[in-house]
Amino acid sequence: MGQITLQGVAKRFGEVEVIPPLDLTIDDGEFVVFVGPSGCGKSTLLRLIAGLEDLSGGRILIDGKDATEASPAKRGLAMVFQSYALYPHMSVRKNIAFPMKMAGVPKAEQERRIEAAAKALNLTNYLDRRPGQLSGGQRQRVAIGRAIVREPAAFLFDEPLSNLDAALRVGMRLEISELHNRLKTTMIYVTHDQVEAMTMADKIVVLQAGRIEQVGSPLELYHTPRNVFVAGFIGSPRMNLFSGAAAAEYSAQTIGVRPEHLRISATEGKWKGRVGVSEHLGSDSFFYVEDTGLAETITVRSTGEVDLHHGDTVWLTPDEGKIHRFDKNGDRI
Amino acid sequence: MATRQTQGLARLMRAPAIILLFVWMIVPLCMTLYYSFLNYNLLNPGMTSWAGWFNYQYFYTDPAFFEAIWNTLVLVLGVLLITVAGGIGIAMLIDKPIWGQGVVRILVISPFFVMPPVAALIWKNMIMHPSYGVFADVARFFGASPVDWFAQYPLTSIILIVAWQWLPFATLILLTSLQSLDTEQMEAAEMDGAPAHARFLYLVLPHMARAITVVILIQTIFLLGVYAEILVTTNGGPGFASTNLTFLIYRAARLNFDIGGAAAGGIIAVVLANIIAIFLMRAVGKNLD
Repeated sequence: MGQITLQGVAKRFGEVEVIPPLDLTIDDGEFVVFVGPSGCGKSTLLRLIAGLEDLSGGRILIDGKDATEASPAKRGLAMVFQSYALYPHMSVRKNIAFPMKMAGVPKAEQERRIEAAAKALNLTNYLDRRPGQLSGGQRQRVAIGRAIVREPAAFLFDEPLSNLDAALRVGMRLEISELHNRLKTTMIYVTHDQVEAMTMADKIVVLQAGRIEQVGSPLELYHTPRNVFVAGFIGSPRMNLFSGAAAAEYSAQTIGVRPEHLRISATEGKWKGRVGVSEHLGSDSFFYVEDTGLAETITVRSTGEVDLHHGDTVWLTPDEGKIHRFDKNGDRI
Repeated sequence: MATRQTQGLARLMRAPAIILLFVWMIVPLCMTLYYSFLNYNLLNPGMTSWAGWFNYQYFYTDPAFFEAIWNTLVLVLGVLLITVAGGIGIAMLIDKPIWGQGVVRILVISPFFVMPPVAALIWKNMIMHPSYGVFADVARFFGASPVDWFAQYPLTSIILIVAWQWLPFATLILLTSLQSLDTEQMEAAEMDGAPAHARFLYLVLPHMARAITVVILIQTIFLLGVYAEILVTTNGGPGFASTNLTFLIYRAARLNFDIGGAAAGGIIAVVLANIIAIFLMRAVGKNLD
């Protein structure tokens, strides 16, 4: 079981309000990702749930029980830190055994769980090494192993992949998703990388300046962003946002069109521009169109091979049904 | 750097410094070694003659010799124990953010700046003096009779004074080590359910092992040669109760003017220091790898 409810949770550091009161429910077995730009309070929120920071207001319920005043150890949550936070002078085996040793788990049971975790995480050959002798990905797996053996109510991940290189990150992303499918335990995952959020989450919580901007499944956020911030943050490459005359035409303050919802043509279309940089990836091509008078550059995604080059004059046409409209407060119309 | 030519050049450039250091070390050592085999007394320098092993035999059969070695060991170990344990405690206290942290840290470190004879005199006359010392005042306040520290517990008193002087050094080294401890590790341990004493035992102590080793090694070197504190307080007494090896050599050389005997004692002290050094490196040196 691992249902976590935040009621009016707030955090102030002195005069500075990092997190204004917010409410959030995380259901048992859900994979929830907190995403937002750096400094948006997502890590602080995770630390509040973990019990590593004191609340300035509100309550945290874990499985319906008030855990606001409970110590981190008593909450039954396990955390994987950005720096992995392995104990450097202990072997991998001892690192993984540490939480069980503290909990007084019998030796035989400890061994059994260590073997199981090591097997699941491909660490069997490294159990007697020190963390310093492992690669970044292996250390990450040890940190996850240390969390698994506690059989926690929920896992908390604090930007666990940000210290890994790009290829490893994709691999670990899959492993963590696989782990979630196998364990069916609640996971809360903090990242600033919206690709990680989109690929892993059941539910994404978009945060900005401590406020929750939107909660929803990845596709909900993609298709119906509630405001300009979410629209600009979710999706890669970013959504094109225009204001002014182009937006007024749709009776909105700002309109947004995703790169994949723009057609590019050398002959005809709605908005005229000039091709700047173009990136051909084979499956897709990205064009950065300049001099449209709408925005500095407009990103266009086009499938297949399109024969356009730097300096060519092009016309862009939005897919009328896929235009997002926002009012002057930035909210979706 | 790695070519044969640059290596040869580097050796040539290093040579003067190394030769100077070597001569600086070997000449006094050889002279001491030479004197230790002579009957050489400053009161009668004309009568200098070859003594063979007599000086060593004389030192060895001196009833004060083994007492002095024992006192040396007790002094070194006692001070190490107090400074390492106390240093860890104080370092952990002043590591926490408190009001007036800067001032507190300077106050903690300041005893290290007081030179040994001055420190010993302050302790002798203002703190441990049986009639007007602070300890005596405290004892009288509680209705107890004051303790004459240097007469009743001479070695303990000197250990206290020397420990007071070296505590700041240990604290400083251990504090820097403590400050380099990763906070996420401590938080991870907290989440893993480790109570404060377990975090100290399994994380803080192993993390500080290297710093503790440095403290032990450096302090041992200096503590083997403690002299000024003994000279200005107990003068090695009563009897030989607070005489260590260094002080015994001083007695031979400057009170009996026996250069040969003192040199023999010096050689014994060098051998003893080396034995302790080997012992220490075996015991704690692996922490420095």
